[in-house]
Amino acid sequence: MGLLSDPVRRRALARLVLRLNAPLWALPVAWLERTMRSVGLEVYTQSFSRKLPFPDETHERYVVAGTNVYGILRAPRAASTESLVLTVPCGSDSTNSQAVGLLLALAAHFRGQIYWAKDIIFLVTEHDLLGTEAWLEAYHDTNVTGMQSSPLQGRAGAIQAALALELSSDMVTSLDVAVEGLNGQLPNLDLLNLFQTFCQKGGLLCTLQGKLQPQDWTSADGPLQGLQTLLLMVLQQASGRPHGPHGLFLRYRVEALTLRGINSFRQYKYDLVAVGKALEGMFRKLNHLLERLHQSFFLYLLAALARFVSIGLYMPAVGFLLLVLGLKALELWMRLHEAGAGPAEVGAASAPGTPLPPAQGVGLASLVAPLLISQAMGVALYTLPVLGQHVATQHFPVAEAEAVVLTLLAIYAAGLALPHSTHRVVSAQAPDRGWMALKLVALIYLALQLACIALTNFSLGFLLAATMVPAAALTEPCGPRPFYAALLVLTSPAATLLGSLFLWRELQEAPLSLAEGWQLFLGALAQGVLEHHTYGALLFPLLALGIYPCWLLFWNVLFWK
Amino acid sequence: MAAAVPLAVLALLLLGPGGWGYAEPLRDSLREELVITPLPSGDVAATFQFRTRWDSDLLQEEGTDHYFLRYAVLPREVVCTENLTPWKKLLPCSSKAGLSVLLKADRLFHTSYHSQAVHIRPVCRNARCTSVSWELRQTLSVVFDAFVTGQGKKDWSLFRMFSRTLTEPCPLASESRVYVDITSSSQDNETLEVNPPPLTTYQDVILGTRKTYAVYDLLDMAVISSSRNLNIQLKWKRPLENEAPPVPFLHAQRYVSGYGLQKGELSTLLYNTHPYRAFPVLLLDTVPWYLRLYVHTLTITSKGKENKPSYIHYQPAQDRLQPHLLEMLIQLPANSVSKVSIQFERALLKWTEYTPDPNHGFYVSPSVISALVPSMVAAKPVDWEESPLFSSLFPVSDSSSYFVRLYTEPLLVSLPTPDFSMPYNVICLTCTVVAVCYGSFYNLLTRTFHIEEPSTGGLAKRLANLIRRARGVPPL
Repeated sequence: MGLLSDPVRRRALARLVLRLNAPLWALPVAWLERTMRSVGLEVYTQSFSRKLPFPDETHERYVVAGTNVYGILRAPRAASTESLVLTVPCGSDSTNSQAVGLLLALAAHFRGQIYWAKDIIFLVTEHDLLGTEAWLEAYHDTNVTGMQSSPLQGRAGAIQAALALELSSDMVTSLDVAVEGLNGQLPNLDLLNLFQTFCQKGGLLCTLQGKLQPQDWTSADGPLQGLQTLLLMVLQQASGRPHGPHGLFLRYRVEALTLRGINSFRQYKYDLVAVGKALEGMFRKLNHLLERLHQSFFLYLLAALARFVSIGLYMPAVGFLLLVLGLKALELWMRLHEAGAGPAEVGAASAPGTPLPPAQGVGLASLVAPLLISQAMGVALYTLPVLGQHVATQHFPVAEAEAVVLTLLAIYAAGLALPHSTHRVVSAQAPDRGWMALKLVALIYLALQLACIALTNFSLGFLLAATMVPAAALTEPCGPRPFYAALLVLTSPAATLLGSLFLWRELQEAPLSLAEGWQLFLGALAQGVLEHHTYGALLFPLLALGIYPCWLLFWNVLFWK
Repeated sequence: MAAAVPLAVLALLLLGPGGWGYAEPLRDSLREELVITPLPSGDVAATFQFRTRWDSDLLQEEGTDHYFLRYAVLPREVVCTENLTPWKKLLPCSSKAGLSVLLKADRLFHTSYHSQAVHIRPVCRNARCTSVSWELRQTLSVVFDAFVTGQGKKDWSLFRMFSRTLTEPCPLASESRVYVDITSSSQDNETLEVNPPPLTTYQDVILGTRKTYAVYDLLDMAVISSSRNLNIQLKWKRPLENEAPPVPFLHAQRYVSGYGLQKGELSTLLYNTHPYRAFPVLLLDTVPWYLRLYVHTLTITSKGKENKPSYIHYQPAQDRLQPHLLEMLIQLPANSVSKVSIQFERALLKWTEYTPDPNHGFYVSPSVISALVPSMVAAKPVDWEESPLFSSLFPVSDSSSYFVRLYTEPLLVSLPTPDFSMPYNVICLTCTVVAVCYGSFYNLLTRTFHIEEPSTGGLAKRLANLIRRARGVPPL
């Protein structure tokens, strides 16, 4: 990640941008087509191209053009109304070629069987997730992200389930399974159970979040390891990024999983036959399904492959957290009433002849300015970095990606100066009631947002609630201000992101140094913006347009004079 | 590869002088034939046709009564031996003799494509059509797959396909023949070899191309007598290349686009691959009422431009009574793809209207596309009674085109479906909430409270009040 400091990387990127349309590595489309056809599949290709909003430094790509190849195995005597998908994403080099080999071998084996009741689509995508997104959008004939792609020639009805496969070598020691999808969507738990059943049957070693399954739940180690896995899952889900190509399928209500072959230094290794057997078993099971997987297990947190925390258990936690905001708001409401009643009576007693403005009206009018300004700040945070990248690159010696990230940080930090600018607008009448009203609005706003987020993506909602609620409830313009300020800054969305990155690497037993952490943070910012534009991930707009303005309101409350 | 289409149970009963045959038909006759077509992919297609006719006493009424035109589709039917057994019973020789010996269920359902049909129609016995014969035509088409059935080998024989051979004709049949398509062997010097060598060949124009068939007549004693059975063998002389199969002039595809459970779009792609001729097609769509079509979103685009249909008939759906019916005549430009799309909204069903497996989704029947497809080779009009049965599968209307009716794939659409264990929970919970909370709240809110003063005084006061009331003074 040489986002800021590494000049070699920057030059490499500049070179890459120059040779925009000459990819370094291309999918052997003709060979794949020929091989799939010789196996007896109906083969089609799809070409797509996408200009990213700014260069992606992690994957070293800017203008992406590629071709997806897919072959359809038609189920005998069926009418192509339902299908299953096996997909293998190919990145910018041939890292996943073993998976392509396994896919072709499975296709050849499946072709010779007569028991298929659903069509099976074997999909090889280029530029990993971008290719998958292009294919899915073309398959469903929608355009969510502005991808340009050729229409699909062959279809196979409604996709019922999908499996994505990533293998880096032809021997694996364990299979890692990824469930978290785009915007924290999860596949049905039954699909995961199916995978686990076949892993047990084949004696395969399965991991979740790269962690082995604890055997002993009675001692302290088991639950502790479960907790680590759980936390990792919460962090992954909260990030809202697809944790594998399967994540993009979930938007179309296709249950999907990604299986990753891991080759570590463990002694006992499996060859691809074992993986293939597990996959065949899963496909046969899915083939026999008469309905979609639909039992209510769409919302869960996994502590281990066989243990999950259901929604009924975890939802009260976030409910109680939000209750704090609600109670605080109620308290403020009462105090506001008392404060409103107090001066009004005093005023009436001293000068009975002058008509008083209604007490509520003053409070609300003074709120408009901070609300509008902080919301405008959010809009600026959302739009300016990508729009202004060219201006930034002309005037400063930075590349586009850096420009975006730095603008993002600059606008974010500029928001902290807001209280000083809003004060001129705010009328100085009844200063105490002003901040109370503002805080009341901010509390309700935050509670509503967090409740909505927790309903769609629990992990994100919980993470934000756990960090923001105490600071939000405590903040007042009186009292120990520096302490409140430090608390607010530490729990701001950006600080939460930074903290989560450190926690994530800590849990993965690969702790970060401060400099690494900072680089990773900058990279994550760029990825977040990119994923919003390429896949439609909602984390960036949510933080920029919702949470950040709300946080600014609390900052305003703190510096109220 | 043959795209598998469903068994569309099509009951088309046309009364009137619209029957095709006018010549004097044979009474109580049976004709049977089997057409074997080796496909360039190494697969082989076999089509059985059986035609039975018998006289009836039904008298022809004047004019056509269109109220008897019915169209129904069951999109979900999956073919299996349960469909084959009653179908076989309609044959005069059942499966005892003749071509029907080959109809062995375990082989026929080991294929990649299976289509089975029954057509019944009246045939006029004279030019004025005063008396009518009935014609029962049964067809069965299967495609044997080189990968599954042939275990990768691309040489075929009757025994390999059906695990039976032909021994005798059906005694009731007036005609019993096997046709083998040898067009590729006769055109480019012997790629395909047929054994035993055919005694006669037959040439015709089928689907716009000239075809040559080797003919084996089972009624001809010479065909069977040599070895007491007939096992026709097909051998490819050169290895086949795995090339994409030739594309027909007209084909179609249908799909649902969009995501989410609120809206969607039905799209039908109509391909005209003819290099220079445009032709009109008639598109018939029946869409169930629970997909509420937005008719104003109906768009037809060909080659990037809007294509105005020359005729539209639309009959809107009525909830729970009748489906949408949409019929259009669309001109397909040469060498083009036309996209017909219409948006819909998914309706909420009543909870008793869901099928027992509601999460499977709901089927939408295939579109029916009828067209006169221009052919590359001029064909002469067929004499219905003399030519083989299969040549009337795609009847030639004039010398330059032939009639084709296509069915697209059925669609599976998921509707918003409640979790059916929920109603019970919800009912229990709601009842409890209503009973406990709402009841007591309502009670509290509507009750008026009076402060009741403790009754002091007792008997003396009551007496005093009585006296006061008698005097007309307000009580204490």
